[in-house]
Amino acid sequence: MIGADAIVKCLEAEGVTTVFGYPGVAICPFYNSILESDIRTILIRTEQNAAHAASGVSRITGRPGVCAVTSGPGATNVITGIATAFADSIPLICITGQVNSELLGSDVFQEADITGAVESFVKYSYLVKDANEIPRIVKEAFHIANTGRKGPVLIDVPIDVQNASVTRFKYPESVSLRTYKPTVKGNMVQIKKVVRELEKAKRPLICAGGGVLLGGAEKELCSFAEKHQIPVVSTMMGIGVMPTDHPLYFRMVGNNGKAYANRAMNESDLLIMVGARVADRAVNQPDMITRNKVLVHIDVDPAEIGKNAGPTIPLVGDAKHIFEDLEKEEFSCSTQEWIETLKNFRRTLATKRKPDPAYVDPAAFIMRLTERMEEDGIYVADVGQNQIWSCGYAKVRKGKFMTTGGMGTMGYSIPAAMGAKVAAPKRQVVAVCGDGSFQMSMMELATMCQHDIPVKIVVLKNNYLGMVRQYQHFTYKDNYSVVDLSGSPDLEKLSSAYGIPFLRLENMEKCDETIDAFLKDDVSMLLECIIDPMDLV
Amino acid sequence: MKRRIYSVLAENRSGVLCKVAGLFSRRCFNIDSLAVGETDDPAVSCMTIVSSGDERTIEQIEKQLNKKLDVIKVKTFAEHQCINRELMLIKIKYNKNNRREIMELCEIMKAEIVDMSKHFMMIQICSEPEKIKLMIKMLQSISIVEVARTGTLALCKCCENDEK
Repeated sequence: MIGADAIVKCLEAEGVTTVFGYPGVAICPFYNSILESDIRTILIRTEQNAAHAASGVSRITGRPGVCAVTSGPGATNVITGIATAFADSIPLICITGQVNSELLGSDVFQEADITGAVESFVKYSYLVKDANEIPRIVKEAFHIANTGRKGPVLIDVPIDVQNASVTRFKYPESVSLRTYKPTVKGNMVQIKKVVRELEKAKRPLICAGGGVLLGGAEKELCSFAEKHQIPVVSTMMGIGVMPTDHPLYFRMVGNNGKAYANRAMNESDLLIMVGARVADRAVNQPDMITRNKVLVHIDVDPAEIGKNAGPTIPLVGDAKHIFEDLEKEEFSCSTQEWIETLKNFRRTLATKRKPDPAYVDPAAFIMRLTERMEEDGIYVADVGQNQIWSCGYAKVRKGKFMTTGGMGTMGYSIPAAMGAKVAAPKRQVVAVCGDGSFQMSMMELATMCQHDIPVKIVVLKNNYLGMVRQYQHFTYKDNYSVVDLSGSPDLEKLSSAYGIPFLRLENMEKCDETIDAFLKDDVSMLLECIIDPMDLV
Repeated sequence: MKRRIYSVLAENRSGVLCKVAGLFSRRCFNIDSLAVGETDDPAVSCMTIVSSGDERTIEQIEKQLNKKLDVIKVKTFAEHQCINRELMLIKIKYNKNNRREIMELCEIMKAEIVDMSKHFMMIQICSEPEKIKLMIKMLQSISIVEVARTGTLALCKCCENDEK
């Protein structure tokens, strides 16, 4: 057995079923060994998307997705995908090939110091020097990636280590890391303090972030909120924590969120932030959430607590465990009046759009699309104006809403949707992007065809980089600079070149029929929606 | 702005110093001084980092250091809570007129002349960082050729419930 075989064996032991990647000489031993395995290999068309696809797998399975790319440019290309996963705390294992270890540091062909380059975007990284270390390293990597605050781990394997013989292969059963023991269970003293504050509170509110979904705590949060009738808002990464039309859910906060959700946050007298970083997009002015209220901050990462806003009660731990413990505490709080106030905010502060009937209204379209999608369908939003509309109008029921909130990487939706579809072949997966973000990942149409990954793609086409155009509209008084997307391909011809069925929607007239035709059958399809180029989110 | 000393026990592996230093630069934390050496356990190194910042920064530095997987333990203390020392080697040019003055200075500062030639001498001083600064200031009027400093080393003052 050689090092490359050992890597494959380790992946099998971890239950990995798919590896996304792009080969090159430095990772060829691995790709040769994987032929002997049942693990499915998917040739992505650019390395960045290998990481996004693995991230898609991870969000659906709750286990780290895996990608494997070559040294040098392969490795540097994957960094954006890794950074995207890191910002959203998505567990990921990225295996990179590396030049011969004796040549390390001599700037030979396709050598890049990837562990150095990626340091600030990974939870941890390894440069493997001895093939016998592979089982321990892979075991640790999966453990690190998927525990505590989750995140990507990179394993850099020189080609000679992949080819070196492994004398004894034994996949370890447990991990012993003296430096890494994440706190999972919340401190009971702190939990009691939260309960005492909840008893006093008249206007309690839970703000759920991506950490709730990553911790698999949706059910626990929901049942706690329902038991005590505590309303819930979410950050962008927290969308899907509750069904959108749950009576206690008041949607997304932040400068791109709902005005009534922000109002709820400002007016609350007890705010429980859970699994959220309190970063600028969700909380523009951190002092607003500490002023005149008790702030409880729950996070599995102690460094997030107090980083952007000083909480009254810090509570380190995993959202699932903490809500389980909170659920056991008996107390009562009366929130009927507060919920009525919030409903009132929702009525009076709802966004009023005046869409031009000559175009598809993205807000109404997304609402209808998600209503007509299968109940457990997976909606993947890209980045740009389309993301804000998706967050504002998509209805999540029993399905999943995926997007990149932290890094905001354009081109995320198609590869992530592919990853999701591979992980859950029976579920409907729809990627919604703009014409800018679509063109950042349109090379993956080939991957979809080659590997039969039937993802539905919606392109909201306005011939602009809409989000930047909107910014230039407000900030530079319509002095547009480098936002015109003229020269984009005819998407109908492009689809037919890949053999993917195509539909176009030009206004709202045939919206429902077109959506139904688009969603019908488990096949790839591209739907182009012509939207108003001057529309604002 | 407050000054804090972080005594960081970390895995004694290649790349760890780079990760710790990188953390400071990436998050715009100051490093006023950094000293690294192996401990009694060759697998563990001790980094003594002196930094300064407001209350929130000081807390963040400790939390972010603790997040690094190669970091075993972080102890944070203020200067008055610890014994701190720095070693400096300083080479100066002398002549027969100031030789006596230099020797007297060394005596006062508890410094030692460790090497000399016809025109040059090397002085060693091990003291609190403040005294090191003072020594430099005193020797500036003479003619400093080269200076090498270790950076601050510090350990928390002894107390009876000290445990490893």
